[in-house]
Amino acid sequence: MAFRNSTRWQFRQPSVIPGFGLALGVTLTWLTLIVLIPLSGLIWRSSGLGWSKFFALASDERTVNALTISFGTALVAAVINLIFGVVLAWVLVRYRFPGKRIIDAMVDLPFALPTAVAGIALTALYAPNGWIGSLLEPLGIKIAFTPAGIVVALVFVGLPFVVRTVQPIMEEIDKEVEEAAATLGANRYQTISRVLLPGLLPAGLTGFALAFARGVGEYGSVIFIAGNLPYVSEIAPLLIIIRLEEFNYPAATAIAAVMLLLSFLMLLVINMIQSWSRRRYGNGA
Amino acid sequence: MEVRVQNIRKEFGRFPALDDVSLDIRSGELIALLGPSGSGKTTLLRLVAGLESPTGGMIFFGDEDASKKSVQERNIGFVFQHYALFRHMTVLDNVAFGLKVRPTNRRPPAAEIRRRALDLLDLVQLSGLEKRYPAQLSGGQRQRVALARAMAVEPNVLLLDEPFGALDAQVRKELRRWLREIHDRTGHTTIFVTHDQEEALELADRVVVMSKGAIEQVGTPDDIYDHPVSPFVYGFIGQSNCLEVSLSSGEIWFEDRPIGLRAASEPDGSATLYFRPHDIELIDGCGGCLAGLVTNSRRVAGTRHLELDLGRTHPTVEIELPPERAAAADHARIAFRPTKWTLFRKEEKLPEIQRSVATQTSELARTGT
Repeated sequence: MAFRNSTRWQFRQPSVIPGFGLALGVTLTWLTLIVLIPLSGLIWRSSGLGWSKFFALASDERTVNALTISFGTALVAAVINLIFGVVLAWVLVRYRFPGKRIIDAMVDLPFALPTAVAGIALTALYAPNGWIGSLLEPLGIKIAFTPAGIVVALVFVGLPFVVRTVQPIMEEIDKEVEEAAATLGANRYQTISRVLLPGLLPAGLTGFALAFARGVGEYGSVIFIAGNLPYVSEIAPLLIIIRLEEFNYPAATAIAAVMLLLSFLMLLVINMIQSWSRRRYGNGA
Repeated sequence: MEVRVQNIRKEFGRFPALDDVSLDIRSGELIALLGPSGSGKTTLLRLVAGLESPTGGMIFFGDEDASKKSVQERNIGFVFQHYALFRHMTVLDNVAFGLKVRPTNRRPPAAEIRRRALDLLDLVQLSGLEKRYPAQLSGGQRQRVALARAMAVEPNVLLLDEPFGALDAQVRKELRRWLREIHDRTGHTTIFVTHDQEEALELADRVVVMSKGAIEQVGTPDDIYDHPVSPFVYGFIGQSNCLEVSLSSGEIWFEDRPIGLRAASEPDGSATLYFRPHDIELIDGCGGCLAGLVTNSRRVAGTRHLELDLGRTHPTVEIELPPERAAAADHARIAFRPTKWTLFRKEEKLPEIQRSVATQTSELARTGT
């Protein structure tokens, strides 16, 4: 009897850590109030549209363009952030130089700064008559009021995500591993490309996913620099606002539902890659 | 390949980690660097590897000056205490890494690399595990992978930094024997660092005892144990007793009486007498001996350890006796005399020491009553 009992799955495992019931209850309630109810409300509203109407709204050319721009620019920005975030984390972890602490603190600024402020500042810089924009103008490069401007803004807001996820893992890398590579004859380049970077892959992917997710949903900083030309530089969140202001709730809901679905799928894929690499490389990475 | 270390100095900032160290290592030798932490043993190993650069001095691999070469050029195998395996690579990829990163003109073909890596895994008794990741191995297995990885590059010299330090006692003993076997089979010149004297004495052809950035003694395990050349080695290797004694016309005196030992060529004055707990004989009717009250007695495996109080403020002396002889001696006064001993003179800064040759000592002991 006792044996059969012990093989059955128990809701509550015996544990010395108290408060399992309370903690789980609070967590679930909280998650329901903050995340699940709003999201299911969204799904409920869009399911009320019916499939044919939903597809018609979602495949509207302006909507498709806005979604493409949102996800495309967020992807490009996340890739740029992944590369430069790793470089920045490397510099912060590996080298000692005056002002290092200040730079380290500055990485968090995009978290703290109101995104609208960032957007306005970036627009002022990259506009054709701005400091950087006026330098690029003669070369025929336009940043502000094009998708490139959106990427610039998204790079700005997404930067801390990669740095802050990669940095602790990089700090953990044992110097011995690099020394081991050196004793085996690997030069500096081989050590970095074959030993160090692959070890940072899971953390880098996490940062990439966060920066990407943030980029897809970003609104404040983008609308100032994007120019918001329909079909060219109009992002999906802005289009939702526009539809809402037109009292076109079904269209707004449809765009939101598509965004939710795409974001969920991409995060799922990235998480699967992560858990796969975590299984391989062991914990900690 | 033989390795010669010539007058090596290494300073970290202004702290001298190694001070004028010279050492000749013969080809195919298994040599242990033994010392307490901070003695410079790991620094010496890392200097040979090229992971540190010396402040002064030279290192030769064969006849070639290796001191100016980078780590990569020295072609050594290094095994770290905490394995330092590449955790995103399989065991096979770890072992093959050193061959894969070679420039194309020296790199064997892929099939050859794979075959050699598999052979090495076979040598370290890990065949069948080549597809695992380091996280899926036990500590002992990881260290074997690390050794196979180091041997894959066919190193001039194999360097091991406390290779068994992170393993538990049982595995450590097993790997020790296994390392000796591997060494005998492959014949790599091997230097390993340890703070475990048992490990050094059991495993090594020769032991280098280090202290405070200098070499105290180099010798076979027998040499090191039976003929320590300095008070440090006497104290560090095995158990030992030391007593403040004085010399008067060739007789050794403890406090106010001679103890029956002669050091004929020694000038008068004070000195320190070192002897091991088991190098003593009991004496009946003391007419020139050491005597003390038993204050503590412990049975350790096959012998009984007695702690003797020799009076005054002298530190207690420990002696080892067969249990059947010690049983009668509880809480009694015991008279004994060292059969093997060494005198170190304090006044002399340089360790110009006088030693009793073992045969002479026992002779003296016999005639000294």
